[in-house]
Amino acid sequence: MTDQNKTYTTQTNTQTEGRSSRPSSAARNWRDRSAQKTFLVITVFPLLLISAITIGLLWRSWPILTQYSLQELFLGSVWKPDEGLFGFLPFIMGTFWVTVVGVVLAVPPCLLIALYLSEYAHRLTRSIAKPLLDLLAAIPPVVYGVWGLLAIVPFVGKVVAPFSKQWLYSIPFLAVNQPTGFSILSAGIVLAVMIAPLVISVVYEVFTTVPNDLRHASLAIGATQWETIRYVVIPRVMPGIVAAVVLGASRAVGETIAVLMVVGNVSQVPGSIFDTAYPLPALIANNYGDMMSIPLYDSALMCAALVLLVVILIFNILSTVVLQRVLERRQV
Amino acid sequence: MEAHIQVRNLNAYYGKTQALKNINIEIPRRQITVIMGPSGCGKTTLLKTFNRFLELNDGASVTGEVLVDEQDIYAKDVDVTEVRKRVGLLAQRPAPLPMSIYENVAYGLHIHQMRKGKLEYKEAVKHYLEVAGLWDEVKKRLHEPATGLSIGQQQRLCLARGLAIEPEIILGDEPTSALDPISSQHIEKKLLELKSQYTTVVVTHTLRQAKRLADYAIFMYLGEVVEAGPAHAIFTNPQQERTRAYLEGLF
Repeated sequence: MTDQNKTYTTQTNTQTEGRSSRPSSAARNWRDRSAQKTFLVITVFPLLLISAITIGLLWRSWPILTQYSLQELFLGSVWKPDEGLFGFLPFIMGTFWVTVVGVVLAVPPCLLIALYLSEYAHRLTRSIAKPLLDLLAAIPPVVYGVWGLLAIVPFVGKVVAPFSKQWLYSIPFLAVNQPTGFSILSAGIVLAVMIAPLVISVVYEVFTTVPNDLRHASLAIGATQWETIRYVVIPRVMPGIVAAVVLGASRAVGETIAVLMVVGNVSQVPGSIFDTAYPLPALIANNYGDMMSIPLYDSALMCAALVLLVVILIFNILSTVVLQRVLERRQV
Repeated sequence: MEAHIQVRNLNAYYGKTQALKNINIEIPRRQITVIMGPSGCGKTTLLKTFNRFLELNDGASVTGEVLVDEQDIYAKDVDVTEVRKRVGLLAQRPAPLPMSIYENVAYGLHIHQMRKGKLEYKEAVKHYLEVAGLWDEVKKRLHEPATGLSIGQQQRLCLARGLAIEPEIILGDEPTSALDPISSQHIEKKLLELKSQYTTVVVTHTLRQAKRLADYAIFMYLGEVVEAGPAHAIFTNPQQERTRAYLEGLF
């Protein structure tokens, strides 16, 4: 009884106190509205930032875009800023090659890992393996760069390149002309490992959108798990898998430091995966701030950044739209 | 009565929860057996032990024996896919595979390599769609996605898909509970037509459906089989108090 009485008294107290200092409902509504507006502004800020960066890059690269034709810029293969030659082709092709090799190396094992985790793995295995894979994404790029420098470059230079030189030289893109190990292949291997956690986790998410009813329908007519995966699970989520790969590619396109540490950075249009290359991010990171007295140099680098940004934005928007569609089906 | 399926000392567990307690029953050949009981009594769990579907649940385990034609389907050297080829399942909700109507029916034939050449496949697909009573409705749209069918049509497609692999036993896990009355009638009619060729086991929680379909009836309660016997005897003269109470609609 006493306890109850006590609670009762305290409650009355707070109530009276509350009533005496209670704000008017107009004030409360004003506070609510201003909170809402503040959050809105904060949310919109990143969008504004992206637009501002894009516009800024466009503005800064405008001088070179007006003085040279797009053909000269994007199909020109000579990069001699002091002679006024700004051919981006070596860098665009460098980015393209490094990205393609990285994605091609990453995708098959990533698909198999995601499949294993979502379809075959025991709950316990999954609960251990998933966080470990996510941990790979937490390793700083520069550490991957060092690993590439110490392990992958020598491996490519001393093992893969000689092997290819002896046996595979007649296959296009596998000729060995610069056997140092600093190469597109090295960069591709490092990139493959770097984008793997992202690709695995997105593909895994995509697989979990397949309802179990479907798997069971297939198993019920005596299909094996592999047949179920091949004929039921994969066809249903194909768009999602493609989107995951594109997302991985957009990550690879922009990766800078780890790539520039192992790729050699020679401005040439590569002809083989054993050639050195000079991707766009490396060009910008290596040169911005130096030799700014050369006319249009600054503008050319800004133009490179703009190209990079546009490519990554397109990749990201495409893959996000497709992925959202696929993931929404989970509820159905 | 000749038993097609014999269940001996069967226990099933989800983790530590026991879902089936010492089940001993026999399912007659080429008749419709109905398993009934209130929800949560273990009737679907029992059904899932007949095509080894229970093991798809994480943490589910089974002890005891399920004999199909005297062969224990839980024996070590048994191939699960063979069991599931012999024991077809009509699920609660139809699940058309993400392919065309034609491919849905051909899927099982293809996996088990039961036909050769395009013509044989075409004939088989037509035959089983006819058996399921769907042919006339879909013959002009065989190559459209199966998901475009109505839910009742989807369930008949699933029946055709299941029959195509020539099972001996058809399991139905409340196969009409997601359907409208007309579609339910279609399915019930088909099951009655097919019972002379297949051993059929249907789980249902509607008593009226049980009475319409059953040749043999099993009543379950709280993971145990309370009573099993010829449908006529169970429905008119139940021996157990709990069966009587259930039939009178007391729970």
